[in-house]
Amino acid sequence: MGLPLCAFTLDELWFAVDVGRVQEVLRYQKPARAPLAPPAVAGLINLRGRIVTLLDLRLRLDMLPRPAKDEPAILIVSGPEGPVGLLADEVGDVIEVSEETYSPTPDMVKGPARDLIRGAYWLDGRLLHVLDADRVLAVEARPSA
Amino acid sequence: MTETTAMGDFREIVTIFVAENREILEKLERDIVELERRPDDLELVASVFRGVHTIKGTSGFLGFTRLMAMTHAGESLLVPLRDGHGLMTPEIAGALLALVDAVRQINQQVEQTSGEGTGDDAALLARLAAAGAPPVEVRPSETPGEVEALQPPSDSVHLQAAPEPHEVDIRAPGAGDRSVRVDVDLLDRLMNLSGELILSRNRFIQAIGTPPPQAAAAAQRLSQVANELQETVTRTRMQPIGALWRRFPRLVRDLALEVGKKVRLDLEGEHTELDRSVIEALRDPLVHLLRNAVDHGIERPAARAAQGKDEEGRLLLRAFHEGGQVIIEFADDGRGIDVARIKSRALAAGMITRDRMASMKEQDALEMIFAPGFSTADAVTKYSGRGVGMDVVKRDIERIGGSVEVTTRTGRGALFRMKIPLTLAIIPALVVRSKDQRFAIPQGSVREVFVVRAEEARKRVEVVHSVAVVRLRGALLPLVFLDDQLHLGSSFDAPADESLTVVVLQAEGRRFGLVVDGVVDAQDIVIRPLGPYLRGVPVYSGAAILSDGAVALILDVPGLGRRASIPEGSAAEEEPPEASPSITTRSYLVLAGRDGGRMAAPIDHVLRLEEFPRSAVERMGGRDVVQFRGRVMPLVDPSAAPAGDEPVLQVVVFGRNDRFVGLIVNRILDIAEEMTGAMRPGARPGVLGSLVVRDKVTEVLDIPAILVAADPEFFGDAVDSVPPWQVD
Repeated sequence: MGLPLCAFTLDELWFAVDVGRVQEVLRYQKPARAPLAPPAVAGLINLRGRIVTLLDLRLRLDMLPRPAKDEPAILIVSGPEGPVGLLADEVGDVIEVSEETYSPTPDMVKGPARDLIRGAYWLDGRLLHVLDADRVLAVEARPSA
Repeated sequence: MTETTAMGDFREIVTIFVAENREILEKLERDIVELERRPDDLELVASVFRGVHTIKGTSGFLGFTRLMAMTHAGESLLVPLRDGHGLMTPEIAGALLALVDAVRQINQQVEQTSGEGTGDDAALLARLAAAGAPPVEVRPSETPGEVEALQPPSDSVHLQAAPEPHEVDIRAPGAGDRSVRVDVDLLDRLMNLSGELILSRNRFIQAIGTPPPQAAAAAQRLSQVANELQETVTRTRMQPIGALWRRFPRLVRDLALEVGKKVRLDLEGEHTELDRSVIEALRDPLVHLLRNAVDHGIERPAARAAQGKDEEGRLLLRAFHEGGQVIIEFADDGRGIDVARIKSRALAAGMITRDRMASMKEQDALEMIFAPGFSTADAVTKYSGRGVGMDVVKRDIERIGGSVEVTTRTGRGALFRMKIPLTLAIIPALVVRSKDQRFAIPQGSVREVFVVRAEEARKRVEVVHSVAVVRLRGALLPLVFLDDQLHLGSSFDAPADESLTVVVLQAEGRRFGLVVDGVVDAQDIVIRPLGPYLRGVPVYSGAAILSDGAVALILDVPGLGRRASIPEGSAAEEEPPEASPSITTRSYLVLAGRDGGRMAAPIDHVLRLEEFPRSAVERMGGRDVVQFRGRVMPLVDPSAAPAGDEPVLQVVVFGRNDRFVGLIVNRILDIAEEMTGAMRPGARPGVLGSLVVRDKVTEVLDIPAILVAADPEFFGDAVDSVPPWQVD
């Protein structure tokens, strides 16, 4: 019984979310910045007449920021109040993983990011870290001052 | 689709019956509650009677026997009141309200099944009968030993010996009705389409730039129609908030009775209009606030009296429009919110540390009542106190893009203030630039825009108590640097040789000048609510998609003012928005005068752009004229340039009823759709003032004055007492 996941990379590491949550994948659009918003908020874009917030997954997972010249891809996922865009380095294919390859989150992953990762699957010699979409999309308590 | 069977006709009539009953019942409910408070009001009695009577009649026509029976009993109860033989009592009110509930229930049943359904109404009927039965009086007669009893009660109650003719009051749909029922989905589609039309219009105008003169009038007309259509469609979705509030007085009455308190609800601003979806979304939060107030806020009558308060607690719901938002205030004069208790509860619940509790400001403590799971009620009552209320209220309000805050005075009451954006409404906005980002500012808060030229900056900008201020017509205006506030990089210490663009803003008693890099545009925008990630940022009130498709955040002017510590009351000396002169109009022609200066003229009466060779200019009566369409047309040069000798003159021809006046210009630059904001007064005759339009200072011409000066008969006998544009 496979679990279909949408895989993507962040700083050479592989991550994935439940494909059922992913509505579409877009090429990068330069967003309108939102000063004073929580740090992970990259900005706002116009998606066919709808204003969608972009979250930078690297920042959400406390990873190093992307080099300025690199353009991320946008994963539009369904959030509790409408679509949200997640920024990833590169989006891969839809992958089906089986429970046998499951392994708990490696100790290497520390800090707040641990709460956002449900576990990992071995695939072609690489670890695929599965994100908890709801937790990733959850609003932080206080925006930056 | 029309059903042509008899069943179809019946169904149609029933639908109308159900809808009309709903309206009648709402009014009835309100009238009954009001009548209970004012038993002497005969008009209310008559109104209540009419309501019940109407339902009785239409029910009879449709053969709904249960409804007939209960409304009949209700009528009987009301007849003595109508005839002045008795007064409304709480007992009667209670019975009538029970009747309203029962009718409502059956009404719903009819809506679903076209039939009344079965039910036992004996208890209700008995209650209605009992409520109206006057007590039997026994009067001692003159003759000792005899006791004279009055007429037995039955006679005085059963006045309707003869069956009354049922009045048939089913109005045929459309006959004499001033309204129609429209499917809400259709309205939504209309709304979307008209919004798209506006956006397409905007892009079209941007794409074609300056229209050729013969298209100018058509472009203007297209614009006008699109705007009006948009406004009209928005109105179809607007409902007065009273539609939601109508049932609240009864709710409060019932709640108060149940908890043994005396409470009354006053409503202000019921006519304030909101989009219907927003009104729906407000239902739950408002009901919760009401319940909470009656349950916890208002003290028992004895306790209130002991404090010297009126035994009857007062609740006030108030709604009004302000600056592109609807403000809803809910206040009570109860015991207020005990901040100390909030803090200790929070401490006990582990939400804050002891240190935080000590340092926490009152406002922050109050905010905690909106935290999930928080409740300071000692007892979990039937209605509230479960601690799941306030956070849901806040969430519901924020979901529609609004915000809520609370203030309190211990022992005196509490005030909840909700700000709701007019969703789907389009507001005029000023788009400004700061660093490489664009932001929108609601025009409602903009008083004027001016530029402090580099040379003047040194003189006019001062630093007072480490706050930068600028002198504006003698008064000091505190400056707020937008890039600084948003951490975009600061221009506060900018080199002195740059000019400052200042947008004068005023809202909620705070007045200040916002320094931006430049004004981009004035355009209409649709307010979109902020998503969950940005809601907490106090300087934004929404987001919008600009005419070029880019997203811009809408600045919250009071939020900015607060963040920059602009004191409230700084607007004391300034006139309220209504009084400050500003111009809003549909279309202006933006021109370059012969001296290169920019001018704007309202497009009314503009006929065409003509070219005349200089040789065609003749001198007559001390002024330059040319012949145009067989008439002598005076020429006016609105610029300050000295007389020139260009071989060809570009002339904008104004015309009305075969009278013409020509305005000499260099060329037409643009058509400006909206020009809003206060003007600086004009420096010379014929000029009303100057505005910043599309980042450039533009003189606004006083066209009627210019036209009349050139041709006193231009406007003929019917002199326009109001200039062709509206001066707000």
